[in-house]
Amino acid sequence: MMPLVEMRQIVKTFGPVMAVRGADFSVNHGEVVGLVGDNGAGKSTLMKVLTGVHQPDGGELWFEGRRVHFGSSVDSRRAGIEMVYQDLGLAENLNPIANIFLGREMTHSFAGLRLLSEAEMDQAGRRHLENLQIRLPSLALPVERLSGGQRQSVAIARATAFQARLVIMDEPAASLAVAEAAKVLLLIKRLREQGISAVLISHRLQDVLDVSDRIVVLNRGLKVGDLPREEATMERLVGLIVGKAS
Amino acid sequence: MQIEQATPTERPRLRLSADLLGRMGLGLVVLLMMTVLTILQPQYFPTRENLTNIARQVSSNAVLALGEFVVVVTAGIDLSVGSVMGLSMIVVAMSLHAGWMSGFALLAALAVGTGVGLFNGLALTKLHLPHPFIATLATLNIARGATYLLSGGVPISGLTPTVRFFGAGEVHLFGEGALALTFPVSFLIVMALYSLVWLFMSKTRTGRHIYAIGGSPKAAQYAGINTNRNLVLVYAVSGAMAGVAGILLAGRVNSGYPTAGTGAELDAIAAVIIGGASFFGGRGSAVGVFLGAIIMGLLRNGLNLMNVSVFWQQVLIGLIILLAVYVDVLRRRAMRLED
Repeated sequence: MMPLVEMRQIVKTFGPVMAVRGADFSVNHGEVVGLVGDNGAGKSTLMKVLTGVHQPDGGELWFEGRRVHFGSSVDSRRAGIEMVYQDLGLAENLNPIANIFLGREMTHSFAGLRLLSEAEMDQAGRRHLENLQIRLPSLALPVERLSGGQRQSVAIARATAFQARLVIMDEPAASLAVAEAAKVLLLIKRLREQGISAVLISHRLQDVLDVSDRIVVLNRGLKVGDLPREEATMERLVGLIVGKAS
Repeated sequence: MQIEQATPTERPRLRLSADLLGRMGLGLVVLLMMTVLTILQPQYFPTRENLTNIARQVSSNAVLALGEFVVVVTAGIDLSVGSVMGLSMIVVAMSLHAGWMSGFALLAALAVGTGVGLFNGLALTKLHLPHPFIATLATLNIARGATYLLSGGVPISGLTPTVRFFGAGEVHLFGEGALALTFPVSFLIVMALYSLVWLFMSKTRTGRHIYAIGGSPKAAQYAGINTNRNLVLVYAVSGAMAGVAGILLAGRVNSGYPTAGTGAELDAIAAVIIGGASFFGGRGSAVGVFLGAIIMGLLRNGLNLMNVSVFWQQVLIGLIILLAVYVDVLRRRAMRLED
């Protein structure tokens, strides 16, 4: 079966700095791929190429067997690739439903005016949260009043609310308490059950080992490891990350 | 598979009512002030003349505050509104004296206000001036200077009945019977504008996006919202409102004078802050700002009725700004302790 996403020999330079030096990367349908590497290994740059935020200087991008070019994050989002940013990208002053629909609000026409369809958004938002088994204390309060884990859940719900095929998550559990982090990891597994692929970028190797089907290791802009979960151990990953032969 | 429902639990509902109380608080303050003034000045305050007077007096400030509010929601500020109001007033008066039809004079004033607002927005987004404080401080001076230059520094009196109707006219609602209500036209305009802005800010996509930009510019950007376009829009709205405020004031005093609106931006900002909008952006409602403007009007009127000097009035308004914001700080802290 062809992969959902395939990146071939991606090169990306910033002036004299070569952040990604011919890296391959792929994600299959319904697969959770862990993406690990030291700071500056090129993880974020590679993902920004995938979402169209950066344009690659070399290499090819394939999506569902077709060569594609994402000129911006709007293009990649249209294809169903969503990114959950480390700072979550939520409007703190708006409630969870408003955040889920931010920029994609439902509207209806009333007396010649286009007004927000609050009831429909509320209903659809609730249904989506239920599908993901995300439980929030209130859907009426601004998200700044939610806990870190609940906000992370809202960010993931937002990313998956519109026919997402692939969700890229940058350190989703980094700032969370243990119990909350566990819930977020469970949520990633639930996405897989619904056929949504995920890329998990994290320094927390145990988290990556917990939820990933496959783990890709980057080192200085190159892919140095691509291990199925069964073959990955903490020691091997650490060895690849710091650059020792495994 | 067990589905956990995303329904609110009891505690948040209590917290919600705390929020509601906070919002109703302003309404309660208005009622309290009216009660106290009725008791203190029973023969002057609750009369039709006095109440109509208050409604007319608060009109200009209320409209300025409404425009300022939309800007403040984006975490911005518009210092130019007082000067733009003065400029708009002079433009109305001069166009009428040049023989323009009233309709065109009013349109000219609106266009001038909107134009200055557009300029503020473009200076912020296209010239990349670091903070709206700078661009609007510049246009505060430019508009005021232009007002003096145009008028030669002297008042221009005697306007047309149409313009006076907007600022000083009255309409009679519900016939002549027992239910008859006489309403200042300017206050009806204020209420219509507040309703429109409330609808725009709370019920449209663009309004939702404006709140998002104020709450978290980054989130707005991630969501694909065109921040610059929305910023230009809010400053244009603020300028247009200042244009309207100038028209209302011109109609009320039947003239245009070049010092009009000097410092009025500070009153507008005060009404916005008393009305519960946050300077950090993303918070506040048109209803709150309306009540903020009413509170300031009642305060001024009450103190006038009690022969308190204008200087003391200014001190008191300062204290009320402090109090209003401090109460909000306390409310937020209480909510955080609950969590």
